[in-house]
Amino acid sequence: MSELRERIKETIEREPVVAFIKGTHEQVYCGNSDRALQALRGVGASFATVDVLPDPAIRQELSALSNWPTIPQVFVGGELIGGADIVQELAATGDLEAKLDDKLGESWRAPGEERTIAVGDRANPFGLVS
Amino acid sequence: MSGPLEDRLREAFPDARELAVVDRTGGGDHFHVTVVSGRFNGLSLVDQHRLVYDALAGPLADGTIHELRITTRGD
Repeated sequence: MSELRERIKETIEREPVVAFIKGTHEQVYCGNSDRALQALRGVGASFATVDVLPDPAIRQELSALSNWPTIPQVFVGGELIGGADIVQELAATGDLEAKLDDKLGESWRAPGEERTIAVGDRANPFGLVS
Repeated sequence: MSGPLEDRLREAFPDARELAVVDRTGGGDHFHVTVVSGRFNGLSLVDQHRLVYDALAGPLADGTIHELRITTRGD
């Protein structure tokens, strides 16, 4: 497994809710990425985002790892729960909250924390960008 | 423009009770596909969508599809 793929995997396993998107939580460059974040915000979930745009290898390695070809990709408790369509559908039916409860207990309800993290910077393994 | 995509989906889901391909922008590259098929029964939404991605892997890889929205249901 490549070092980058290893770091992506570690990020997915470490972060309770992480969305791989085009852009950052503050500046989204894709309507689908935005739909996924809006769905998470709609249920009040805290989440981290990873911007795939700075390095095409992030997207390649992520898709190889997740067996999912498109961006965004939303992971909860280490599991891919879907792209924009599924996350939006889950939010609409109430199943998103049920999935968060199931995977994370009550902890995800600490509201409103959003941050963007990096996976590609070896000098800064925790990758805190903002 | 949606003909080739529909053909691929019909091949992958011959039993589909509902199958629709909508060109969302008229530009022939932003699509919304809807498939209702018994093949989805018992699968998670993630695995349902994976089957659609598999069926459309060619046009996804060669750039024919710039954006794809997917709606799936079991039958």
